[in-house]
Amino acid sequence: MNQNEFVLLIAPFKDKVFRLAKRLLISTEEAEDATQEVLVKLWSKDESLNKYTSVEAFAMTITKNYCLDQLKSKRAGNLKIVHTNFADSEPRLDKKVEDRDSLNWVEKIIDQLPEQQRLIIQLRDIEQYEFEEIAKILVMNETAIRVALSRARKTIREFMIKTHSYGVQ
Amino acid sequence: MEFSKIETLLEKYFQGDTSIAEENELKKYFSSPNVLPHLEQYKSLFGYFTQAKQQEFNHLIPLKSKKQNLNWLSIAASVVVMLGIGMYVYLNTNTSQNQDLGTYDNPEIAFKETQKALALLSNHVNVGIESVHYVEEYQNSKNLIFKP
Repeated sequence: MNQNEFVLLIAPFKDKVFRLAKRLLISTEEAEDATQEVLVKLWSKDESLNKYTSVEAFAMTITKNYCLDQLKSKRAGNLKIVHTNFADSEPRLDKKVEDRDSLNWVEKIIDQLPEQQRLIIQLRDIEQYEFEEIAKILVMNETAIRVALSRARKTIREFMIKTHSYGVQ
Repeated sequence: MEFSKIETLLEKYFQGDTSIAEENELKKYFSSPNVLPHLEQYKSLFGYFTQAKQQEFNHLIPLKSKKQNLNWLSIAASVVVMLGIGMYVYLNTNTSQNQDLGTYDNPEIAFKETQKALALLSNHVNVGIESVHYVEEYQNSKNLIFKP
């Protein structure tokens, strides 16, 4: 497989990999790094990629595992001085204005969900995978996925109703 | 779209029982301008799903030319070199052996040489046979004791 063929192969799902990474890692920069990492991993697999029935599902699984590993190692590691530690934790004024935008509210609510539910919401509601595919990517059974999905959606609904009625009442 | 249908779809959606097609229907409904006021709060939810799918990854991927291939190439090259040396040595030793087969052009000399070689052979065979005579002694003395 040469570079051009590889780029064509990943073209349909590289954005999905990025969005999944961003859903888990939140930060855009980290998500970009993770995406690069995952794609380079795929590239180094080379011919053995042909073994997989769906390269896309395989890529999504790698992404999930990679991001969860990242999160785990970050939690285990010591607190490093990065810009988030010493910066003013109060959001900037323009950020606050943006936050009133309800689309951002939705994003915030989703990002507060547990990782598992975040993954499922991302794969189902945003990327619109079938349950069968999600089961393959997450290595879970479909019933468990449906239960987690329903729980996540209901949590979102609760928050939405709270924030929606906040200004009214 | 009728009101009740959307309500039931929404209920199904929160139970996690909707199909992709039904979810698309909901997305379409909530992106239309005439959403019922009491369902207004879901508008941003489905709006967000659609918007979130627009994000793209536009970075270049640092694809190095495969190192693995280079490794294989060096292995192949060394094999070729080894084979080359091996073949060279093999052919060289073979030709020097092939040149001296001990053939004679003159039949008389050839006859004498053959006789000499055969005499040498039979001498050696006789040496072998002489040592067998000792074994016969054992048989004789055995026969003296155990009379057959």
